[in-house]
Amino acid sequence: MDLAVLWFWIVAFLFVGYFVLDGFDFGVGMSLPFLGKDDTDRRVLINTIGPVWDLNETWVIVAGAALFAAFPEWYATLFSGFYLALLLILLALIARGVSFEYRHQRPEDAWKRRFDWMIIVGSAVPALLWGVAFANIVQGVPLDADHNYTGTLFDLLNPYALLGGLTTLLLFFTHGVVFVALKTDGDIRQRARRLATRAGAITIVVAASFLVWTGFAHGTAWFWGLAAVAALALVGSWLANGRGAERVAFTLMAVTIGAAVFALFAALFPDVMPASNDPANSLTIENASSTPYTLTVMSWTALIFLPLILAYQGWTYWVFRKRVTRQTIDAAAH
Amino acid sequence: MNELLDPLLLARWQFGLTTVYHFLFVPITIGLATSAAIFQTAWVRTGKVEYLRITRFFGTIFLINFAMGVVTGIVQEFQFGMNWSEYSRFVGDVFGAPLALEGLLAFFLEATFIGLWIFGWNRLPQKLHLATIWATAIGTILSAYFIIAANAFMQNPVGYEMNAERGRAELVDIWALLTNPVALAAFPHTIAACFMVSSGLIISAAAWHLARNQHLDTMRPALKFGLWGLLISGALTTFFGDQLSLAMVATQPMKMAAAEATYDTVCGADASFSLFTLGTPDGTTELFSIRVPYLLSLLSTHSLDGCVEGINDLQAQYAELYGPGDYAPIIWVTYWAFRWMIGLGMLHVLVALVGLWLTRKGRMPKQRWVWTVAVWSFPLSLAAMIVGWVFTEMGRQPWIVFSLLPTESAVSPNVTGLDVLISLVAFTLIYGILAVVEVKLIAQAVRKGPPEIAPPDPETGKVEHTATVY
Repeated sequence: MDLAVLWFWIVAFLFVGYFVLDGFDFGVGMSLPFLGKDDTDRRVLINTIGPVWDLNETWVIVAGAALFAAFPEWYATLFSGFYLALLLILLALIARGVSFEYRHQRPEDAWKRRFDWMIIVGSAVPALLWGVAFANIVQGVPLDADHNYTGTLFDLLNPYALLGGLTTLLLFFTHGVVFVALKTDGDIRQRARRLATRAGAITIVVAASFLVWTGFAHGTAWFWGLAAVAALALVGSWLANGRGAERVAFTLMAVTIGAAVFALFAALFPDVMPASNDPANSLTIENASSTPYTLTVMSWTALIFLPLILAYQGWTYWVFRKRVTRQTIDAAAH
Repeated sequence: MNELLDPLLLARWQFGLTTVYHFLFVPITIGLATSAAIFQTAWVRTGKVEYLRITRFFGTIFLINFAMGVVTGIVQEFQFGMNWSEYSRFVGDVFGAPLALEGLLAFFLEATFIGLWIFGWNRLPQKLHLATIWATAIGTILSAYFIIAANAFMQNPVGYEMNAERGRAELVDIWALLTNPVALAAFPHTIAACFMVSSGLIISAAAWHLARNQHLDTMRPALKFGLWGLLISGALTTFFGDQLSLAMVATQPMKMAAAEATYDTVCGADASFSLFTLGTPDGTTELFSIRVPYLLSLLSTHSLDGCVEGINDLQAQYAELYGPGDYAPIIWVTYWAFRWMIGLGMLHVLVALVGLWLTRKGRMPKQRWVWTVAVWSFPLSLAAMIVGWVFTEMGRQPWIVFSLLPTESAVSPNVTGLDVLISLVAFTLIYGILAVVEVKLIAQAVRKGPPEIAPPDPETGKVEHTATVY
């Protein structure tokens, strides 16, 4: 297989990893006002992702670096083109990340509430904007002959892309709430399950509309296959959550997000950044990629280290497999 | 108004601002991760609870700092594409590889094991838990290696070939890229300097308590560790800094000329090093100067009769090679940054020596000024590090990749001045606010002192201490 094609799918895999993992972090962050009745509840929620949010977020750094190294033209066009959208994502990620660390440094309520809001907004903004960004990539954007984006921020906020943003927002929200049900116990676990049922129903409708719209506009056989997997997994997750099968519900949410992201890449293939104004200006796997030498070096590195990385990250999740409860927090809060 | 909205100028300011800001946290992360690992190793090996208390004390400071390093680091990676898309297109094939290696080999390692370390105190067996902080420390050091290798390509491009048709540099030898002589000198220089900063922090925190005659059981060993750390890392920083300046003279003679503001080529005794110069504001005429003869020759060539090429001669050479243009960096910036870096660095070696002398055999100086100087070691060692990077990056100008791509050709052509201004203002505001919070929290953690932990239970040998929770 052509190495550039391989790297197209490795980049897809890295974004899948990012959205599946940081996706539930975003969901947990957004769930604070819905599930956190008091400060202890909110601490329970934050501590479900405490040990892992940083490693989850690192997936986007690695995905970005892989994009830079394997497809410099794609990286350059995307990042300079979606400038203000990415700025908002960066500011949100900054606000969210420091808040996890700062919020527990002082006991005052006002201090904690301020960082709670930074976590909520800092989670919702990327959850929405990553969907907007990926929908625009699939749909195509105006590019000049040098592959530079010629539109503005407002061109990115078209109905299809906003539906894409709403889809990721809801998917991540439900994913996070299902994760909370899996990782907590007692009252908050019950409330999370009930919230997941309500949120899941809305998510199914919105996500289905987005996938069908994508399919009719850009669908390929691979896209439809993967989209079907995503749709079935989403419904399955909703049913499993209703029955209280938390582990199944969470696994199927992860499958949903993974299959949906792969489906978008399948709709994109073999373009990486289609030009909506003139197909001749499109960036493709062919004209955006690095040299076979660079790709070979990186392929070996990925081949050796990705299994190792997955192993130690999996081990981390195993170490922190216990549910977080109000008692855990009270015991530690002296 | 149009000049205010020049995307190139704004993008450069943004890169300078966000990079300097990011790098306030990096050396603390690198230095303190390893220091915490050493303290924790001492605890595991000796069972002395003081070492555990020191570990937890500096661990808290490390964590407050760590989150800032992570989130400001994402900005750095995104910024290449956002503001410097032409640069990204030009170097991606070469420069992207070390960044991807950094992500895969280093960032994942530190991000995963830091979580295990923070939350794993009571969940992992003692030795396994110790291994997590070492893995974190290794991750931080590895990441420095890859990013410095990437940066070294910008200073001294190696391991590439130009593809004229695609108008880009292409990687042909990854090994050459990773063993760039500039990287091989800059990496140990930077890492040693990171340990100067973390040692400075440890000295400052310990001195603050010792000056108040409190927490002697933990802060005295911490001070000793910091002073020895500062002395050793100061010596290593100097040694590798010297190696780096040799590599610099060989690869970027203009930077050395600009560091010394040497306009004409000078040899032997004339190749003097000025400690201090007053000149006219445009930098062309010298009014007053203190000079050490031969020193510049010694620094640049390791011989007394060496020659150092001057800015004017290099300018003429470069104009012939690369076409008409101004090939000198901003001289007053490089000249003073170079001096402040060396001056502050040397000052800290002196601080370490005097500190070790004054505290020899368990002595505790009574004079207030001694402790005041000690408390200032942290901000001043950090300042030395920052001016060092300002020197190396400003000294590379007007090139973004030396001899291959001028900075002015690297900026994103489709990003407007307004876009960059918006993001510059946004980053300045959020970074400014977070800086205030960060400094307050670190000061609060320092003042609070090390946690009280009872000695091990004589029967079980277990130590009770609370786990970290957010």
